[in-house]
Amino acid sequence: MSLSEIIHWATPWEPLPWLIAVFALVAICYVCGLARRRRARDILPAIAFFIGLGAMYVVMQTYVDYYAQYMFFIHRGQHLILHHLGPFLIALSMPTAVLAAGAPGWVNRGTRFIGELPPVALVYRFLQHPLISALLFVGLIYFWLWPAVHFTAMLSARDYWVMNLSMAVDGLLFWWFMLDPRRPGTTRTTYSIGLRIIVLWAVMPPQIVLGAYIALADHTVYDVYAVCGRAFPISPIVDQQIGGLITWIPAAMMSVVATLALLRLAFVHEREAGNQTKANAGGPASLHPERSPT
Amino acid sequence: MIRIPFARSIALAVVAASLLLAGCGSDTPDYNAHDIQGVMPDLAFNLTDESGKPLDADDFAGDITLLFFGYTNCPDICPATMARIRAALGGLDTEQRKRFDVLFVSVDPERDTPERIERFTTSFGPDFVGATGTEEQLRALSKRYRVTYGYGEPNDSGFYLVSHSSAIFVFDPNGRVRLLVNQNESVDGLTQDLKTLLEHLDDTAPPAENA
Repeated sequence: MSLSEIIHWATPWEPLPWLIAVFALVAICYVCGLARRRRARDILPAIAFFIGLGAMYVVMQTYVDYYAQYMFFIHRGQHLILHHLGPFLIALSMPTAVLAAGAPGWVNRGTRFIGELPPVALVYRFLQHPLISALLFVGLIYFWLWPAVHFTAMLSARDYWVMNLSMAVDGLLFWWFMLDPRRPGTTRTTYSIGLRIIVLWAVMPPQIVLGAYIALADHTVYDVYAVCGRAFPISPIVDQQIGGLITWIPAAMMSVVATLALLRLAFVHEREAGNQTKANAGGPASLHPERSPT
Repeated sequence: MIRIPFARSIALAVVAASLLLAGCGSDTPDYNAHDIQGVMPDLAFNLTDESGKPLDADDFAGDITLLFFGYTNCPDICPATMARIRAALGGLDTEQRKRFDVLFVSVDPERDTPERIERFTTSFGPDFVGATGTEEQLRALSKRYRVTYGYGEPNDSGFYLVSHSSAIFVFDPNGRVRLLVNQNESVDGLTQDLKTLLEHLDDTAPPAENA
């Protein structure tokens, strides 16, 4: 790959300087946090964190975004990363402690202050309620894939970014709620593992139904890609079938993967509880030993 | 900490959402096409016309402009769309027709020379103007209206397909974007829309975000 090709691919199709700044600041804080803590057990979570963060950046602020705007199946791949894979990896890495160690003191104090403001705490608790969280997660997928809404979202520059960012933010909220490594009941939004698994399996069938509907439709469901032209000539129905399959299979698989992660977490909690009875002999290292207070 | 029971906070959210939705209704004219007023920036471009001279949006000021992206080797969509536009304009009376211009932008400058484009557009009538441009000019115009195009692999005789937007963009005499006409809209539907637009030329919204 030549230099000009690298520059071509790295250049955002629609640059959003503030978004690039947010990604850069988060990455810098995380690297500083890693450097200050110098703990070997940060390495695996750090890899997950950077893959998640990097993937979310690539699908929004590189030339990949061009293909996502003009190919339905690439758009579905983009949302799979923004709503499922990227936030899942970030939440799995539980980056709060590392970010807090790397961020300047005033940022930490400011974040804590804002987070503790009653209206903010209330909205957060509302959004993280299992029912609301599941409704939002599935509801947003359905909302943006509603043909009339999808049409305008792909035509209006503003709506397009509202769509992508709402998917990213909701993804982070959902997987944060799902993969919270603290013992259930530690905070008001740390729900029991069993309840979380029920939510994970509840969001699966609606995604399968929608994905299957799109993949198996014999007519064009989303005409906006014909209206706007495709990035390269491909049969509209093939584009739609692949897009439907991406909405259907990997998205639903994420619920299965997350279930495995939660079962492991339940096992870790159990083992820790067992170890505590052995006169606090220092439990074995879990994936997320530091239970950062939030 | 203030505690609001969960059920009550849901009720509040529902009330707030329904108030927001209620505020959205307004009496806009009923088009068969998509009313995209305010969604996209005003008409602006720099291209080359059929005689090789520079062409820009000022040349279309004062008329309703129908913009279509295509290429003259197009086997289906382009000639069919141009014929549909001709038929739809034919449904208007002579005075009304005078207010329309059709701008055909070729996104295949490699094969579409100005002469070739002229042959293509004149076959549809005097209201049809053809244009093309450099890769940079064409990208700027297509990106402005969030459309794109791409080239397929050439076959043995060098023929290749071009993927392009199938829609007609309609701009009012001030260059404001008004309608987006789908490929599956009927000729009668389009004629009806153009008449409705003529009646509602003055209901313009403030310009949208400019790219």
